[in-house]
Amino acid sequence: MAYEFEFAPVLEYTDLLLKGAFFTIALTAVGAVFGIGLGIIGAVCRAWRLQPFAALFAVYVELIRNTPFLVQLFFIFFGLPSLGIHIGEWEAAVLAMVINLGAYSTEIIRAGIASVPKGQLEAAASLAMNRYESFRYVVLRPALQTVWPALTSQVIIVMLGSAVCSQIATEELTFAANFIQSRNFRAFETYFITTAIYFAIAIMIRQLMLAIGKRYISGRLS
Amino acid sequence: MSLVSIHQLHKHFGDNHVLKGIDLNVDEGQVIALIGRSGSGKSTLLRTINGLECIDAGEITVDGAKIQAGAKDMRPLRLKVGMVFQQFNLFPHLSVGENVMLAPKIVKKTDPAQAQELAEQMLAKVGLSEKFDAFPGELSGGQQQRVAIARALAMQPKVMLCDEITSALDPELVSEVLSVVKQLANEGMTLVMVTHEMRFAREVGDKLVFMHQGRVHEEGPPEALFNAPSTPELAAFIGAIDQA
Amino acid sequence: MLTQFTTWDIVRNLLEGGKWTLLLSLLAFFLGGVTGLIIVLLRISPNRFLRVIAKVWIELFQGTPLLMQLFIVFFGLSLLGWDVSAWTAAAIGLTLFTSAYLAEIWRGCIEAIPSGQWEASASLAFSPLQQMRYVILPQALRIAIPPTVGFSVQVVKGTAVTSIIGFTELTKSGTMIANATFEPFMVFGLVATAYFCLCYPLSVYARHLERKYHVAC
Repeated sequence: MAYEFEFAPVLEYTDLLLKGAFFTIALTAVGAVFGIGLGIIGAVCRAWRLQPFAALFAVYVELIRNTPFLVQLFFIFFGLPSLGIHIGEWEAAVLAMVINLGAYSTEIIRAGIASVPKGQLEAAASLAMNRYESFRYVVLRPALQTVWPALTSQVIIVMLGSAVCSQIATEELTFAANFIQSRNFRAFETYFITTAIYFAIAIMIRQLMLAIGKRYISGRLS
Repeated sequence: MSLVSIHQLHKHFGDNHVLKGIDLNVDEGQVIALIGRSGSGKSTLLRTINGLECIDAGEITVDGAKIQAGAKDMRPLRLKVGMVFQQFNLFPHLSVGENVMLAPKIVKKTDPAQAQELAEQMLAKVGLSEKFDAFPGELSGGQQQRVAIARALAMQPKVMLCDEITSALDPELVSEVLSVVKQLANEGMTLVMVTHEMRFAREVGDKLVFMHQGRVHEEGPPEALFNAPSTPELAAFIGAIDQA
Repeated sequence: MLTQFTTWDIVRNLLEGGKWTLLLSLLAFFLGGVTGLIIVLLRISPNRFLRVIAKVWIELFQGTPLLMQLFIVFFGLSLLGWDVSAWTAAAIGLTLFTSAYLAEIWRGCIEAIPSGQWEASASLAFSPLQQMRYVILPQALRIAIPPTVGFSVQVVKGTAVTSIIGFTELTKSGTMIANATFEPFMVFGLVATAYFCLCYPLSVYARHLERKYHVAC
């Protein structure tokens, strides 16, 4: 007998799915803002060789990029309490996402800074700007503009990766899906719809980042 | 006393001794043309006057601001010296007006209304008032270079440095830039320019400085140097240009 | 009975899990590479229908969580009446995931070859397949190596997610040992170290290749 797909038992829980989707988006938004912020700081430290920060960021970037997000999450959530640092599942999820995205953005933004032509720095210097002024007004925006597509992809990767936060009981989209399929016994349908929601969120983030890039990074209103 | 005075200036790039004891004085209102083969050190010399290259020995004084070997803070010098580059180096993410206003606003803390007025004046001077809101990418090379001149002028420098400012331009765009420079010279701006436009150097320059192998090889009024070069190197250089 | 775990017991158990991480990585990278090659050929084929299929494939796998892909494979195959083990589901899921990313990386490399190369070989009367075989692929392959090696790091890290569908690899072993020993800090520290030992050499090698070829795509 062929299996009959039934999506109605999943759609009964639409409110739970939407709530989960909202928290996945919220997690991603907080992670993206602070992660990219951390990346800018890290990139500047490395580009300007501000020791010891440049060396610390170099180690941090390698440690994070060469270990799985899930293990980072477990280390933060299960490991830190044994050092006396107690944090909840939301804090752990946000922290893990910021730390993870921060490492990737450090490398991405550093490449962006390196791509700004030397002549731009010379022009800024010739106008008597100091290093901070020239970074803030001349380097930062073109650098971000160059790497904006790469940052966008990375934010999406981190958003998709956040599905594993369900493992520490952070009540985001996958957590909602796990709960629903344990009630309706329709695992395939539940995860199928959840996957579609993730896909929609990914498309939404791409469009949003594109709009942010156009509006605030390239500085053109057209 | 001269506006710019350079004394026993030395500069190395690694083992390469590119400036070997330069002495040069520029008076207020004077237009100096630096000429010489590529690799003669003329661009490097120009860049030291703006602190873009640090110096290994000697000193540079511009209107009281002095730079010596090991100097860290170039700001006093750069506030007196404007520079225009071969590749324009406009800031691509800023509009033409913002390019001109940026440094007055953040370096000199000019208030926005005043900076706006200043930018409008400077753009009018280079004939680009109507491009205030355009972006550099939308302009021709000649227009971009004129914006770069306006941007440097907005800092109200005592002296302007021009580093081969027409070399990256299509031939038909050269004259619009040169006529702006000529106008500046007529208004009494002190100019030091590295140029390959010999006719222009001859016409506008008060003094020609011929550099050869890291030294000032010969200097004097353009007509005299062109008509009667006193060294075989300058004669050969002029000969090579005439043939081109 | 509560037994006392020595550090050596912990490490030995983790190494046992690590063996499966390594095996799964190799399998997924190899099978994903083969599948990815097919996808990239479809992606650049002259047939619009095939191109769209490949594009959808890539976007679906790049636009959804690996965890969801694993769930769908796991539960989907059992709906078809196959009794899939966690190992099978993990291998299939990770292969599909890898194929999409590699196809996209390789497409970038093929498109990075200047159009003059296509024109020059066309002017020599090469057929499209010959152009691909003798002119484009040899050049694309060279620039494809560094990012491909770089992506292998993502495959190794991706295997950690298979612990959630119950495949006992390194991370799952870590979770079980952490629960048994009540030493999560040390256990997850060791787990992270093990992943780092697998991934860091690959990262360094990818960077070295990138510098050697002076290109990235």
